[in-house]
Amino acid sequence: MAIALRTLDDGAWISVNDSRQVSVSDVWTLSRGVFCECEPAYVLLEGFFGTGVDGSVVVADAVGQCLECGTRDSIDRLPVGRIVDGEFKPYGPEGIQSTVDPGAGAVRQT
Amino acid sequence: MPSDVEEWKEELYGTDIRAEMERFAEEGWEAIPDDEHDAWFERFKWYGLYHQRAGQESYFMMRIGPPGGVLEPGQFRRIVEIADEYSRGPTDNPVFGNGWLDVTTRQAIQLHWIRIEDVPDIWDELEEVGLSTVQACGDSWRNIVGCPVAGKDKHEHVDADWLATELHDTYKENEAHSNLPRKWKVSVTGCDEGCGQGDINDLAFEPAEKEVDGETVTGYNVRVGGGLSRNEPRFARDIDVFATPERAVDVAGGISALFRDNGDRDNRYNARIKFLVDEWGPEKLRETLQEEYVDFELHTAGEDLRDSYSYNAGEADGKHDHVGVHEQVDGDYYVGLNVLVGRIGVDEGYELADAAEEHGSGEVRLTQRQNIIFTDVPEENLEDLRSEPVLEHYSPDPHPLQRGSIACTGTEFCSLSIVETKNRQVRYARWLVDNVELPEGVEDFHIHLSGCTASCAQPQIADVSLRGMKTRKDGEPVEALDIGLGGGLGEDPQFASWVGERVPADEVPGAIANLLENFAAARNDESQSFREFVADRDDDELAELIEPEETDYEDPFMHNTKRTWYPYAEDDDMDASPAPAKADGTPLPSDD
Ligand SMILES: [Zn+2]
Repeated sequence: MAIALRTLDDGAWISVNDSRQVSVSDVWTLSRGVFCECEPAYVLLEGFFGTGVDGSVVVADAVGQCLECGTRDSIDRLPVGRIVDGEFKPYGPEGIQSTVDPGAGAVRQT
Repeated sequence: MPSDVEEWKEELYGTDIRAEMERFAEEGWEAIPDDEHDAWFERFKWYGLYHQRAGQESYFMMRIGPPGGVLEPGQFRRIVEIADEYSRGPTDNPVFGNGWLDVTTRQAIQLHWIRIEDVPDIWDELEEVGLSTVQACGDSWRNIVGCPVAGKDKHEHVDADWLATELHDTYKENEAHSNLPRKWKVSVTGCDEGCGQGDINDLAFEPAEKEVDGETVTGYNVRVGGGLSRNEPRFARDIDVFATPERAVDVAGGISALFRDNGDRDNRYNARIKFLVDEWGPEKLRETLQEEYVDFELHTAGEDLRDSYSYNAGEADGKHDHVGVHEQVDGDYYVGLNVLVGRIGVDEGYELADAAEEHGSGEVRLTQRQNIIFTDVPEENLEDLRSEPVLEHYSPDPHPLQRGSIACTGTEFCSLSIVETKNRQVRYARWLVDNVELPEGVEDFHIHLSGCTASCAQPQIADVSLRGMKTRKDGEPVEALDIGLGGGLGEDPQFASWVGERVPADEVPGAIANLLENFAAARNDESQSFREFVADRDDDELAELIEPEETDYEDPFMHNTKRTWYPYAEDDDMDASPAPAKADGTPLPSDD
C-alpha cells in the first residue's frame, strides 16, 4: 500500500496518510555525534522540512536545537516511526537514537 | 519538483473552493474524505479557515480580515454575535472562559472552535454587514494592514485607507493573483509615525513626496521583502520606486505578479519574496518589474518621512501605539483601548460594541498591537465613555507593562507553537505590574511573546522579545523562552539580539524584573531610553543584566502543553480529547 508522507503547516508536523502523526516541539534524545557532542543530546525539534521512508522506517529532516550546548542545526533522516501492516507506529522521542552509518543518518538503538 | 501543496492548488484553488466547502458543511465533517484531509485543509485556508492542532480535529480557527483593521459601524458587534453563537469550545479557558475573539497583529480577528457545518451561516452573517474571510490565510493576498486611524489622523500625509481599500478591492478574489507561491503580506502607511509597520511586510507602501514635472506630488515609496519568520528575519528592502496612490495599485499588482511567476514553488521554506530579494537584490527586482510587469516608467524613490517614525520604535518622540485619547483632524477624538494579548470575551465584546455606538460612531478599528480603537468620539462624550465599566479592563490608560504586551496564539490551538502563550503572558503582565517598579520616565515598554520562530507576535521588534523554547530543569523537559533585547522599528529598525537562551518559563518574570532594576541602576541618566541603553552594550554585557530566577510567580504550564489535547482541560491527556466530533459535539472515533 502506498504511504502518503508530507510535512505541512510550515513544517509543524509530519502527515502520514493524511493524519497528523509527528509534531514539532518535542525533545528528542540523540546519542553523541548525531547532532552535537553532548551525550546524550536533548534536541528540541522546531520544524520539519522533509520526510521519507527507509524500508519500513519513516524518517524526517528537521531543524532543532540542543538544550544543553545550544547547537542549532538541521538533522537529516531522523527515524520518527515505522510502518507496520500499513499503520504508522510512532517512536517515542525519549528513546536514544544513534548513528551507525554516516550516509544513513540516525538509526534507532532502543 | 512542485510540492504537494502546489499540486493541490493546481487542481483546485481560489474561489472554486467555496462550493466544495458548502458541500462539506451540508454533509458534515465526516464527508471530508479521510485520505484528502491534508489537501482540503490546505485549500480551506484560502477562505480563512485553519484546522486546529492535533487533538482538536474537526475544529477550525476562522480569520476575518478587514483592510487596515477598519470595522465599520455594526461590523464589530456582528463578529461578537458570531463568536457568541459559533465559537464555543468543549471546555473553558481558565482566564478567558468560553467564547471570545482574538485581535491579531495583522489587524484581523480570529475565532476558534469553529465547525465546518456552521461556516456557510457564518459567511452569510458576515457578508450581510460587508465582512469576509476570503484569503485571510493561504497562499495569496492576506489582509492588508495599515494605519488604523487613516482618514482621522493628524499625522496623516496620504490617505492610507484609500489605497488599502483599493488594493483589497482589486486583488482579493482576483484570478490572476489568487494562487501565489506563498503568503503575501502588504502594508500601507500614510502617516509620519510609521504605524503600518511596513518594514516587516512582503510589500510596503510608505508615505513620500516627489517632484514630478515641477510639481510636488504626495504618494508612496515602495519596499519589498520584509518578514520575521523562520529565524530568517528581514526588513523590507528599498527598491527605489515612488508611486502616486493611483499608480501604487498597478505597482502592487506588478510586484505580486512578479512574485507569482518567480517565487520558489518547489520549496515552501524558500518561497517568501524575502528570499527572492536576497537572491536578486533590489536592483534586479526593480529592473524586472519595470521591464515585464508595468507599462509605464517607474519614478525613483521620493523623500520619505522615516526620520519621524515613532511606532514601536523605542526611543523616538511621538506615539508608540494608539492607546489613549487623541484628537482627530475633524475635532472629534479617537480612543485607543488596551486589549491584553488581544483577546476579548463575548460579554465584554457586547459592552464594547454598545460603548462604541453610544459615545462614538460605532466604528471599531484594530491595531497591529492587538488593541482596538473607537473613532469619532465628540469631546463632550469623552468623560462618559471613560466612565463605562468595561473601560476599567479595556483601558485607554493602562499600566505600561500591560499596554506593551503582545502574545500569539500558542499551543492552545496552533500546530507550530512550542509553548503556551496567551494565558502565560496575562500572568506575566499581572505579576510584573505587582512586583516591578518602572524606571523613571518609562511610559512604553513592549514585551512580545511568540510561541515559535514563525514570529506571529513579532518578537524581534520589542524591548523584551520572548520566543518559545524548551529546556531541561530537574531532569525534565520544561517550557522555556529565549529572551531577546533591543528590537524595534522606527527610522533605523533593529532586530532583537537573543542574549538569554532557554530560560525556564517560570524564571522569566524574575529575569525581566532584574533586567529593569539593572537598567535603572546602570543607565546614563533618566533620559536614556531602554532601547538606547541596549544599543550601547554588547551581547555579553546584556546577557549579564538578565539574571533569570524563580520568584513567587507560579507557572501552571511548564509541562509539555503540546502533548495535551487542550492545556487547560481537567483531563488534558491526548486520549481524553473529545475531537474529532460531530457538529453537536459528540465524539467520533479516530486514529488521528
Ligand atoms: Zn549539545
